[in-house]
Amino acid sequence: MGTGVMETHTHSAEQPKHLLDFQGWNRAHIESLFETAKMMQEVLSRPVKKVPALTGFTVATVFFEPSTRTRLSFELAARRMSADVLSFSGATSSMSKGESYKDTLLTLDAMGIDAYVIRVDAAGVPHQAARWLGKPIINAGDGWRAHPTQALLDAFSLLERLGSLEGRKIAIVGDILHSRVARSNAELLPMLGAEVWLCGPATLLPGELPRVRLTTDLREALHDADAVMALRLQKERMDRGLLPSEPEYIAGYQITHERLGWAKPEAPLLHPGPMNRDLELEGTLAESPRSLVERQVANGQAVRMAVLYHLLVGRKG
Amino acid sequence: MKFKSRILSAEEIRRALTRIAHEVVEKNKGTDRLCFVGIHTRGITLAQRLRELVRQFEGVEVPMGILDITLYRDDLSEIAVQPKVRETRIPFDIGGRSVVLVDDVLFTGRTARAALDALIDLGRPSRIYLAVLVDRGHRELPIRADFVGKNLPTAKSEVVKVKVREVDGEEAVELWELE
Repeated sequence: MGTGVMETHTHSAEQPKHLLDFQGWNRAHIESLFETAKMMQEVLSRPVKKVPALTGFTVATVFFEPSTRTRLSFELAARRMSADVLSFSGATSSMSKGESYKDTLLTLDAMGIDAYVIRVDAAGVPHQAARWLGKPIINAGDGWRAHPTQALLDAFSLLERLGSLEGRKIAIVGDILHSRVARSNAELLPMLGAEVWLCGPATLLPGELPRVRLTTDLREALHDADAVMALRLQKERMDRGLLPSEPEYIAGYQITHERLGWAKPEAPLLHPGPMNRDLELEGTLAESPRSLVERQVANGQAVRMAVLYHLLVGRKG
Repeated sequence: MKFKSRILSAEEIRRALTRIAHEVVEKNKGTDRLCFVGIHTRGITLAQRLRELVRQFEGVEVPMGILDITLYRDDLSEIAVQPKVRETRIPFDIGGRSVVLVDDVLFTGRTARAALDALIDLGRPSRIYLAVLVDRGHRELPIRADFVGKNLPTAKSEVVKVKVREVDGEEAVELWELE
């Protein structure tokens, strides 16, 4: 109705207050978030990539574990929405753990923060922060547990390429056991109708995960897949004997041009970055037309802008 | 909400838009560098109709875009409900153009203010006009329309409903009373 006042088309489903993982999120929430992310893509296509939506809001990025890309992506997303950004990074080694996370966050909170983006090596800290602070918390990665905005940008990039994830087979390959990216995708992608296969050497697979298939057989995982995601292999794990040697990993699990042939002809290839060239992926695969790696980074911006909008706007009263 | 009266019929809406289309072309001295930008939701429908009328009279298709002002609202930090962000699509450069912003009702002027800021972020038009089907008064900002279908003095407790076939399945401007 044209009432002559600002029209308010609101979101039908009550949205979760935090993005810690996908507990409490349903398909309708995700789809409405992606609708907003598409609108943010338009903002990012403009000569002036900035809107005043979050003027007056302050977003703190609190990184207890070092990360450059994720932090930059969040900070740029917040700035493009005109939020003020407060940036904290602290190495956990210098802190007496547990209490000091809380002390740090409460100190920041006294400065008037409206939302927190938290990256930490200890799983569960973002959940605790949600209780300590009573402000929207975005988990930017906690230990091996969750990295929900990475899964969101992966799903968004897949949807952009495939149209729908209903009944699509998505293979995720690599160090599944230590991967928060794999866990968050294993939570999100089935919610959108996808069939998720997690594949890696036996020492790098978790015992069981709900709603996904686990296999050590790369051919089985890639067979007829609609999309393939390679994970970053952390070389330090090799030293600790969890991993076979590099040549063994490459022989069994590297995604090569040839092995990608086991998947559907147009199946796109994803990687969350940063990449170990010639380890997870063969040579120039990341630059091939099937690669979504660049789209993932660009979409990360739009998705994070949408997350900030959804968690911050309309939450008063 | 209680129905009070019908302000414009389908025929009267058609005549008002026809007059506005002529006025736009007259003021712009033709269709050179002219374009329409409709504000969600019914402003888009009205802009489409104005563009079609200009095509009929002048034989020229002027460009048209659609604008969502949600990210430019001045109340996003204080509202209790979350507005949906809708599509903005202006598939041409507005730099150096005469832009006719189109909305259904001009009331407080806050939507028009937001639309001006949004447009200026997209480029530097040589001129921005505002065209509305109904001006109902009660401005809270120094904003006025250049082209008005109907000036309608209202009480603040009243609601002006613009209904267009494409969105509402019927065509009318009505006055309602908040209860």
